[in-house]
Amino acid sequence: MSDAAPENPSVAGLRARFGAAVGPSAVVAGATVVHLAVDRAHEILAWLRDAPEERYDYLVDVTAVEYRDRERPLEVVYQLRSLARNAMLRIKIDLPKGGPLEVDSVVDLWHGADWLERETYDMFGVRFRGHPDLRRILMWETYSEGYPLRKDFPLRGRFSRSEQVRRALGAGLDAHYSMEELTIADAYDSLPADVRERLASERGGAER
Amino acid sequence: MAERRVVEMALATPGVDAAGRPARIPLVAQASPGEPDLKTDHMLINIGPQHPATHGVLRLVVELDGEVVVRVIPHIGYLHSGFEKLGEYRHYNQIIPLTDRTDYLSAPANNVAFALAAERLMGIEITERCTVLRVIACELSRIISHLVWAGTTAIDIGAFTVFLWMFQERERVYNLIEEWTGARLTTTLTRVGGLMADVPEGWTGRLREWCAKFPKTLDEVDRMLLRNGIWLGRTQDVGVMTAAEAIDYSLSGPMLRASGVAFDVRKDHPYLGYDSYDFEVPVGEHGDVYDRYLVRMEEMRQSVRILLQALDRLPDGPINAADPRVILPPKQRLMSDMESMIHHFKQVMEGVPAPVGEVYVPVENPKGELGTYLVSDGSAKPVRWRIRPPSFLNIAALPKMAEGHLLSDLIAINASVDIVMGEIDR
Amino acid sequence: MKHVLETKQVAGQSPNWLLARLDDLVNWSRANSLWPMPFGTACCAIEFMATAASRFDFARFGMERQAFSPRQADVLICAGRLPFKLAPVIRTIYDQMPQPKWVISMGACASSGGIFDNYAMVQGIDTIVPVDVYVPGCPPRPEGLLYGIMLLQKKIKRESVFDPSLRVEQLADQRGLYLEPAAVDEVSEPFGNSIHQTRSA
Repeated sequence: MSDAAPENPSVAGLRARFGAAVGPSAVVAGATVVHLAVDRAHEILAWLRDAPEERYDYLVDVTAVEYRDRERPLEVVYQLRSLARNAMLRIKIDLPKGGPLEVDSVVDLWHGADWLERETYDMFGVRFRGHPDLRRILMWETYSEGYPLRKDFPLRGRFSRSEQVRRALGAGLDAHYSMEELTIADAYDSLPADVRERLASERGGAER
Repeated sequence: MAERRVVEMALATPGVDAAGRPARIPLVAQASPGEPDLKTDHMLINIGPQHPATHGVLRLVVELDGEVVVRVIPHIGYLHSGFEKLGEYRHYNQIIPLTDRTDYLSAPANNVAFALAAERLMGIEITERCTVLRVIACELSRIISHLVWAGTTAIDIGAFTVFLWMFQERERVYNLIEEWTGARLTTTLTRVGGLMADVPEGWTGRLREWCAKFPKTLDEVDRMLLRNGIWLGRTQDVGVMTAAEAIDYSLSGPMLRASGVAFDVRKDHPYLGYDSYDFEVPVGEHGDVYDRYLVRMEEMRQSVRILLQALDRLPDGPINAADPRVILPPKQRLMSDMESMIHHFKQVMEGVPAPVGEVYVPVENPKGELGTYLVSDGSAKPVRWRIRPPSFLNIAALPKMAEGHLLSDLIAINASVDIVMGEIDR
Repeated sequence: MKHVLETKQVAGQSPNWLLARLDDLVNWSRANSLWPMPFGTACCAIEFMATAASRFDFARFGMERQAFSPRQADVLICAGRLPFKLAPVIRTIYDQMPQPKWVISMGACASSGGIFDNYAMVQGIDTIVPVDVYVPGCPPRPEGLLYGIMLLQKKIKRESVFDPSLRVEQLADQRGLYLEPAAVDEVSEPFGNSIHQTRSA
């Protein structure tokens, strides 16, 4: 019933303009899904937002999908909507697992992408180049068990429960202030030296 | 050097202006030139994660210049429960109890959202009676969620009585929901292909009685707040988001509509037959806290309108689709013949496999556009269950709304966003 | 008079009749004016609010004033699930409460991790703070929470002011834990259906 729906005409527009950078497309359960090459993704997404016949002004969601089949690449998924034309489009960018899991950030195109990309980084380890503040958002910043939504991450985590409790309690409340926040009100200067050192080293080790 | 700030206050309304809105008299306070310079270091304060006014475990790190918020940085994740990871280890029907606990203020609506997505993924059509009952469930959820919002926002701004009235109404709806599902809060109402149970005898009559009395409570609340000078002063022109900003920050639901963008999933991507119901969607114009109040109060009235129409058209018939692949056999058959017993056993132990594919189904939840993105690889457990959380995106715009306002305005703005941390952190 | 003032050292009990009456007075006043610190996180917090509202009203049980500052609270009611990120917060709040203090663990998630047997959830707040009463339910009905409060009142009435072991401030050991690691692992073991629900496909 639903796969008989026609493909979103944006796909034809994309292929006409960007050619080989536009990968396979399909209509799945009534929705059009199109793959893009990672190196031109930002440019293409900017065109989708700004071109007068596209006008995808509303970013619905940014997330990632990892399949159980280990050979399949990790997909970064963008759901776009054009409010004026009441049309939706799903964009996917394949990131093969052997290579770096990096895409360009689209925060400059849609502000809504800010936290959505941080969450995708936190849960999958995908880095968004050009994101102003790519820190963990759901887990605490010094969380070092890994990236929870990856398929090689066990449901209960990697460490034993007592180790998880110990690390959680040890994360400490002052580690939950970012360096940016501590520069406010010159609070950083009044911290004891050992806390400052620990924060500096944890900050560097946060991206593990 | 100290910069003097001009503080504007609105006093009790003397009447209405030309547009029919309550008029405000601005009172401009300016520093007299002889006053001494005050020390103006900025303060860093931490609100939360345990705080009555953050509506959950939200942490706000605020830089203050006196009472004025210079910067606010929200921190979330204090309620991160690993829902999406758990979803990969559960059958589709086993995920429905999980959906109750994301937006726990409007659990039936979440159950419906997930069931719709799973049904679209599996290509299942639900019965007419199930469709209308789900509309009733969604609109009741909208009302109870807005009741909590109204109560907690009022209590944050100082009107405690409204909280008690709203919770009393919520208790009456809890009675109805408990008769139907057995639970007050975490309902697990739907199943893939149908519902957990039909409404009991006389339930529709009791719902009608409630619908007749409820608008009077809303009128009482309006009598307290709508033209109240304190309320107006605290909410008008506070936390403004323009339409363009609201679109840019991907706001949804009453936040988006209060800013003037007329987008409602029920009207623009209709589901459950919403296009056949006669109702209006309130759209604001200023995008401030007051407009969000007006939008949500009117949405509750429109929900009552939809409920009455749904009750009028509720057809008889089965609540579950006639699809033995997904629906368990009835208990009487299960206990008397072997084939039904085996059918039940296989479905409960192995789950129902979904075909390879993916769906994104948006619904209009009380907080905004709740999207369910399900990816299946042909097995009985999804490869990816993504919840597109409306409150997550709405609260991300808090710095934009609150910077430059006073600290007490920050609390009012935070209340007006209507967040639920279960959905934000999942 | 001599027998009234005789002292009998039995652990946990008041030494003589007069001091037992003092205990009764102190326990009665503590039990009937428990000011809760509502550490509400998730769905149980909504049922907590419903218990505080007009229909069920725990003010009748002495919980007239919800103390949002731990410095002024008697009982910490952890209403809702506790993820690891929130663990240091609840411990700090518990440490900030002055003695005498009690803890009610409201709901299945606070008591044992509930349905969330995964990487993100503390499997029971008793791995972090000592709990006096567990209220099961998901969420417990307001009547359930009220029963839990009544059980706590009964427990308080059995206490003795002369038992110093009741009012000891527990400090973290050198590992940073409050229980032995083996004890934490043991109470966090999966049980029931959860043992089998860890296969993804």
